[in-house]
Parts: sequence; structure tokens; C-alpha cells
Amino acid sequence: MSIVTLAEPRAAAAAPQGIRTTYRDAVREAVRSAMRSDPRVFLMGEDVGKYGGTYAVSRGLLEEFGPERIRDTPLSESAFVGLGIGAALGGLRPIVEIMTVNFSLLALDQIMNTAATLLHMSGGQFNVPLVIRMATGAGRQLAAQHSHSLEGWYAHIPGIRILAPATLEDARGMLPSALADPDPVLIFEHALLYNLEGELDAGAGAVPIDRAAIRREGHDVTLVTYGGTLGITMTAAGQLAEAGVSAEVIDLRVLRPLDTGAILDSVRKTHRAVVIDEGWRSGSLSAEVSARIMEGAFYDLDAPVARVCSAEVPMPYPRHLEQYALPRAEVIVETVQRMVNPHAA
Amino acid sequence: MPSLGADMAFGTLVAWHVKPGDHVRRGDVVAEVETQKGVFDIDVRQDAVIGELTAEVGARVKVGAPLATLTPTTEVAPPPTPAPTPPPSVAPPAVTTVAKGVHDIEPAAGRLRASPLARRVAADLGVDLTTVAGTGEAGVITRGDVERAAAQGVAVLPVAGGPEVAPASPAEPAARANAMRLAIAAAVTRSKREIPHYYLTQDIELGAAMAWLHAANESRPVTDRILPAALLLKGVAVALTKFPSLNGFHLAGEFQPGGAVHLGVAIALRDGGLVAPAIHDADRLSLGDLMRSLTDLVRRARGGGLRASEITDPTVTVTNLGDDGVQAVLAVITPPQVAVVGFGAIHERPWAEHGLIGVRPVVTASLAADHRVSDGRVGSQFLAELARLLATPEAL
Repeated sequence: MSIVTLAEPRAAAAAPQGIRTTYRDAVREAVRSAMRSDPRVFLMGEDVGKYGGTYAVSRGLLEEFGPERIRDTPLSESAFVGLGIGAALGGLRPIVEIMTVNFSLLALDQIMNTAATLLHMSGGQFNVPLVIRMATGAGRQLAAQHSHSLEGWYAHIPGIRILAPATLEDARGMLPSALADPDPVLIFEHALLYNLEGELDAGAGAVPIDRAAIRREGHDVTLVTYGGTLGITMTAAGQLAEAGVSAEVIDLRVLRPLDTGAILDSVRKTHRAVVIDEGWRSGSLSAEVSARIMEGAFYDLDAPVARVCSAEVPMPYPRHLEQYALPRAEVIVETVQRMVNPHAA
Repeated sequence: MPSLGADMAFGTLVAWHVKPGDHVRRGDVVAEVETQKGVFDIDVRQDAVIGELTAEVGARVKVGAPLATLTPTTEVAPPPTPAPTPPPSVAPPAVTTVAKGVHDIEPAAGRLRASPLARRVAADLGVDLTTVAGTGEAGVITRGDVERAAAQGVAVLPVAGGPEVAPASPAEPAARANAMRLAIAAAVTRSKREIPHYYLTQDIELGAAMAWLHAANESRPVTDRILPAALLLKGVAVALTKFPSLNGFHLAGEFQPGGAVHLGVAIALRDGGLVAPAIHDADRLSLGDLMRSLTDLVRRARGGGLRASEITDPTVTVTNLGDDGVQAVLAVITPPQVAVVGFGAIHERPWAEHGLIGVRPVVTASLAADHRVSDGRVGSQFLAELARLLATPEAL
């Protein structure tokens, strides 16, 4: 692997010369920077050009790079993901934007049967240096068809790498590392994160894409999460600290391949774990994490692994029902309290 | 779930004898519970109406967790305080109006519930998990519970290089006997570790007592005859009323007098092990009633049907090992009690009195008492009082 390793992801918080920015701008800056430094890189997808992207990530890029490199596509995910695969095989470094995760199902055959398999089926002759970005997750009243968290599904597939940037540093730094990866990489950007504001180091750049990060250290319980639920998990950890419970928060960052070592190291220290995953519980990434903890740290567990996931229903449209169906900080806190001190509640 | 012994962490609900809406009176048996020591009847301590049965038959319930809700039928009574005497250890009231706690009840597992880490730590520290009370969710034993138990020195298995003793399922007789063995081991180990025993013995001449008993039994039907053991128990019970520091509990670093004398009678069981259920208010029973209580208690101890209150209430224990001819027994106190009285066999022995040697029936009585609570002087006065009482049996 040839990714450029700069700062440790967890060390990026202290930015001495930080600039105020958003997750959206950090992703845009990552695309712009990659396109400036490598002429093989181009962006394509629905409405990424004139409209500036459904989530406004690519706004202004058409003006800077022109229609050759910022390409609006027809409404056919299967076609333009296939185009991306071909372009990657032909020596380019495509960034394909899929509007939201539900539409990626229309390209699933290209992703799963072509992008993920070609290296293996060609006996190592053809690798596919393709990057696919898409918005994922619920919370915006987009109802049952546009609120999925299917990254756990994709993490099931060998041959691709699955990333879930949850911070400004990762929004800025995962894309260049993904472009440097010789194989397909899917980046799932939680749609609620685009407006996330914060300080980002002016010199922020590529970050490792093979490790989880400890976002908060603690010794009573390990909270394992990623992407859109990192925020509520950090909130819960803060509330738990006020209640005298020291929670360690692990941001998985990379959903495939999972950084099992980081999870197990933490659980061996805390002896308890809660997995927070916006996906549905059954057959989910949270199930995989839980199973790995059982396989690798069974004799260190002082309580069964618990999970906080979305309700197993098609995502409701009414705001109060949608909020109730999603993982919430208070549920995390209650789950941990029951685990740490079952008689207090 | 009442604590039927200081070392009890769980009980398995075997049967309900009531249903929601039933009116029960103080002393009524409402349920049967199986512990390491056998199956016991659970009696209520006040008149009440049964509300909800929160535990299902077969459930393994943590000590202190609710079995059922009940509403006192006498309005004045605030929710149940324990019976007149404090039950041993940390046991809460037998049956309470505590709200239902679903997490406190676990399905029948037949298997001790401890986290993997707790099991590993217990193995490392040599802690017997069957003696550890779980504080985790649904009463699961956690690492912290094991470490606290180890720190308190409770029920550490003898580290004799033997194989680790697996927690036994109470379902099978062999396993039950093993579980009882473990329970006894835990209790006596704790006793010998925590309680500074002192021992006193006194030979008591029973000539007058045996003669009186013989005469008294002449006029009684065969089935109603009084055995010497009953007389000895009565003597102990009456003597204890004058020595309260030998009758009660050492709890949380201080002595709590037992108040009434509930005499725990050690009864050997046929398949090994023993129990020491109480004869309530033994000092106030007539000899005939005490004899009937003793017979009934032995029968139920061996055949089943002991009540929870009989297991939890003893304020002192008496052990009589005379049947096989042993001369004296220096016994181990049952925590949290503070004394145990032992009797050997009543043998004819040469006895010197008034410058003459005669042959008299003599028993060696012993006292093992908690030196934190009483001193040898008190103990010797107690034995002297016992001898005096037995010399005038008609007064008993």
C-alpha cells in the first residue's frame, strides 16, 4: 500500500492554525486538491456539474475544472458506475458520486460483481482504482426510500474497502488516501454531517485508511461506532462522564477491513462494549463487531455486548417517529448504565 | 426471595401455592423454593392479599429480588418490616411489596450465571462462585462481585491443588449433596475466618433430670414421651434468656440481640450434610410442645417442607452428637450467630459429690461463642446456669 501517512487521525484535534470550515467544504477541498494535483482524477455523477451536487459538495468545481473533468451523468447508476470502472481500468482515477445510498442498489451489480471481483478473476492482472462517494443515513425526513444505512451491507463484500468519515479531518483526508489505493474504495458520507462545522488544520491532508481511532479514552465501557452516530456517541460519553462512568469511544472509520485489534484492545481494558450503528440490527455491521468481540475477547467480557441500532422498520417520515427510530444518546446512556450499574436506574 | 442462609445467593422457585387475589394469613405457606440445602416452604409474615406473581416457577431468583407483590390487609402496616428478629446477613424481608423488577428475575438456567471475566477471575483467585452474590444485570456475577468476595475472604475454596469444583445443579441428588457440601464449606470457612471462637466445657450431672424424665414419661403415651434431648434444649433456651449476649447476631461490625430465643437445632440429613432450622420461642414452649416441635422438625428436615422462617430465624444453634457416643463437641458457630451449644452423649460416669463417689448419668455441655460479643466469664456463667436448671428439671 502506498498511502501517504500524515498525522494520526486522533491527533488531528489540536489544530494550532485551524481554519473554520464544514464537512461539506472539507470534502470539496479534498476533491479539488486531488484534481489539481493529479490530471487523471475526475468527478462524475448525477447533478455534480451545473447543479453543484445534491449536497452542494461539488459547487464551483465545474467552473474551475470544466465539463471534461466534472461530468454530469444520465440517471443510470449502473451505467455511470460501469463507466467509472472502465475509466479506472483504462488508467484514470475516477471519483464517482452516487446521490444517496439507496440509488447505489441500481449499481450493485457493477460494484459487487465487477469492481470487487476483477482483480481476482483476472489473476491479478487488472486492478480497479475506483473511488465511489455517496451520502448515507437518515434524519432529514426523507422517508423510507432515502434514509438507509447500507454501508454495513457493502462491508460484507471482499475486494472493496469501505470508509465512513465522521470528522472534518477524515472528510478531508480519506479521499486522497482512497485515490491512492489501487483497488475500489467506497466512501459513505452521512448526509447529516455535511453541515458539521469545526476547525481544520490548514495543512490537513491524507489520513490512514486502515485503522480505527479512539475519539475519547475511558476505562469502564467501550462504545464502538462510526460515521453519523459518532456525534451522539460522544454526547452520551460526556453524559456518562458526569454520572461517573468513563466511556471509551472508538470510531471505526474503516468498515472493511475492520480494525479488529483496536476494538479488542479497548474491550480488554474496559471489559464491556456497546456497538452503536444506525443500520438495522439484524445482520448488521454491529452484529459483526459484536461477534468479533466475542471471538477475540470472550474471557475479558464482564457483560454481554450490547447494541444500539435503528428500529427495524422502514424509516418513518414524521419527524418524531424518525427520531424515535434512530439511535439516540439517551438510549446509549441507559444501555451503559444498565450494564455498569444495573441497580441504580 | 428470602435468604435461607448467609451464604445463599439464589433460590429456584419450585411451586406457587397461591394465585393473584388470594388472601393469605401470617404464616401461610405461599411458595416452595429450592436452595443448595433443599426445598423450603416460603411463609408470609403478615396478613395480605396476593397481587402479582412476578417470578415464574422454575425461575432462579436472586436473594432480595421480589417473588410477588402483596398488599397488607391491615392498613396500618407500612410495607413489611422483617419479622421480630433480624434475618441473617443482608437478607431483606421474605416477601415484599417491592415493585416488579423484570431484570431481577432470570429464566431457569440450572446454571450459575457469571460473566466470562468473572469466571476467569474467580478461578484465578480461588473464589467459589456459588457463594458470590451477583450485582450485574439480572443478578449476574461480575468481576467486581468476585473481587469484593475475595477481598472479604468469603468462601474461598480450599486451594489444595484439587480440581476446580463446578457449580452444581440443584436438580440431581448427587449434585445437591455436593452443593450443600459447598454451602457448608462456605459457612464454616467464613465462620472460622471471621469469628474468634472461645470454647468452654462443663460436665453436668443429670441424675435428677433423668429420674424426673423417667417418672414423667411413665404417665405419657409412648408416642408422647419426652427424650432427654428435649430437656437439654429447654434448659439451653431458658438459660439463654439470662445471657442475651449469646443469643443474636453479629452484623455489620456490631452485635444485634436476637430478642426471642429461636433455637436452631442441628439435624443431620440422611444423604449427608445438615440443616439447623429453628424451634421458635423455645424458652416458652412446654416440654411436651418442644418435644413435638423437635420431632416435627426432624421429620420435615429429612423429608422436605421446612419453612423459610425456620431457616432464617435461628438466634443460636444447639448441636447434639451424643447418639454415637462422643463425649463432647466443640462446634463451629453459624454466622452471623454468636454462639453454639454442644452436647455429647449422656453416659454413666463416676461422680464425686459430698466426699462420696457414685455412678451418675453425666453429659458434657460445651459452648463455643464469639469473643467479639461475649467473654469467657459470661460463657461460664451460662453453663453454670444450664447445670442449675437441669438439676431442677421440674421447674423446666
